Amino acid sequence: MSLEALAPSAGSIALSNVEVHFGEGRQAVRALAGIDLRIEPGEFVSVLGPSGCGKSTILGAIAGFMPVSAGDVRVDAQRVSAPGPDRGIVFQQHTLFPWKTVTHNVEFGLKMRGMSRSERQKTAREILTHIGLGEFLNHYPHQLSGGMQQRVALARVLVNRPRVLLMDEPFCALDAQTRLQMQQMLLALWHELHMTVVFVTHDVDEALFLSDRVIVLTQRPAAIRHEFAVKLPRPRTHEVLTSTEFMALKRETLALLLE
Amino acid sequence: MIEQSVASALRTEVAESAPPPELGSASSRASHGARSKLLRSFVIGGLSLSIWLGFWQLASTYDWTFFFRFDNIPAPTEVAAAVTDLITSPKFGSHVGNSLRRILLGYSIAAVLAVGAGLLIGRFRLAAQALVPPLEVLRPIPAVAWIPIAILLFASAEHSMIFITFIGAFFPILLNTIHGVETLDRRLVSASISLGAGPFDVFREVILPGAAPSIVTGLSIGMGTSWFSLVTAEMISGQYGIGYYTWEAYTLQNYPNIVLGMIAIGLLGMGSSFIVKWSGRKLMPWFEPAASAT
Repeated sequence: MSLEALAPSAGSIALSNVEVHFGEGRQAVRALAGIDLRIEPGEFVSVLGPSGCGKSTILGAIAGFMPVSAGDVRVDAQRVSAPGPDRGIVFQQHTLFPWKTVTHNVEFGLKMRGMSRSERQKTAREILTHIGLGEFLNHYPHQLSGGMQQRVALARVLVNRPRVLLMDEPFCALDAQTRLQMQQMLLALWHELHMTVVFVTHDVDEALFLSDRVIVLTQRPAAIRHEFAVKLPRPRTHEVLTSTEFMALKRETLALLLE
Repeated sequence: MIEQSVASALRTEVAESAPPPELGSASSRASHGARSKLLRSFVIGGLSLSIWLGFWQLASTYDWTFFFRFDNIPAPTEVAAAVTDLITSPKFGSHVGNSLRRILLGYSIAAVLAVGAGLLIGRFRLAAQALVPPLEVLRPIPAVAWIPIAILLFASAEHSMIFITFIGAFFPILLNTIHGVETLDRRLVSASISLGAGPFDVFREVILPGAAPSIVTGLSIGMGTSWFSLVTAEMISGQYGIGYYTWEAYTLQNYPNIVLGMIAIGLLGMGSSFIVKWSGRKLMPWFEPAASAT
């Protein structure tokens, strides 16, 4: 089975008037204030906003971890009510199982689907080799660097053929160089696997470099303040980062954030 | 072309961030340091042990009687002389065999029930609400205090001693298991659900291995307390068994054998704790407290 055979059909996402409240009574916090957002199949959308504004709550609602208080979240027109492997999520701090080797971590979703041991091992090995971890199949997560751990975390959700990939500041704990490499890898995988990506970040460069479209949120309770398309040509390499178009776009975005 | 860009992006990262291959030399250095440290601790330990033995020999040879009365205490040399009689006598083997069988039964039953109950209590609120109150009342009661009721509860002394062994091991294993489940990183449970795990998968794939380090700690503490309880039970109500042997040596005024019994208890307890710890390490090759801290 090649990676392309693993390719899922990309999913569309629709949030209509989504509200999320935490807590009860006087301690209640309104995290999302009526978010309306439509994301097309195969689109790469970044959600940009200040820390603690509720960016992650949006991902939580799409992933199904965060019950919505009002409105609804739909993926491919189906209402989201619980977490599921069709919506893979990668966090800033990896959630790899420390007691499983790299291969066994990546196999996990396939095992849950009841795939035979030999077949799931083959698939896991293939994707790990593809993302440059072929020599670390039997390592435990704590034996890997931060960048490698995040790659395993990514492989672990991609092996499930998610229609939607949700990323919650996945690269922000990495050093600048590793981060750039991870961003390029992510773009390449996105091209190959045709999935919809929702990428939460507070890093303007990262949002502009990766995305088709950027959503800028307000302070909590988060609402959509602006959204704009990023028309930089693809495939994008690190040279884009120093182009004049990129600089102009960055200047505008920073102005938006600070206004 | 895209494939190429992934590959090249990654190759550089692997080359620059890969830590494990370089670990070889560092770890061999570390193991060399560890070896000399081990030797040092052996020398110090041996020295300390011989000073204590020397003191004991002098005290019992000269019948020192200030506060401690050494006049009836056998000297190490007398104890050593008794070892040969003992090892050749078939009775000693059957004492040890009886104790080991009781430990094996009582401890195994405790391990299975305590780990099972601990996982349920740690995971399900209903189990916690139903089981915690009675267990909290029973927990402070030392195993020794169970002896009279155990004798009444069971038809044979054998069963009551196994029960006491069980009681001794049960609570440390239970409490550590609950602790292990409660301190498990919730995000791992969420991650497994989001990857398609059902409730039973979460239990088998996440809760159990995640709580395993605490469970092993509990099993190791429980092994010590089950020996402690067994020896007491054997002294009070036993026939055969290493605790009974030690008490019998006292009533028969066969004093060197008291010390032999004590040493045997110490060695058996130490050996079985070692087996528990060793099995724990074998079952959890991933668990390296020091390495995961870095």
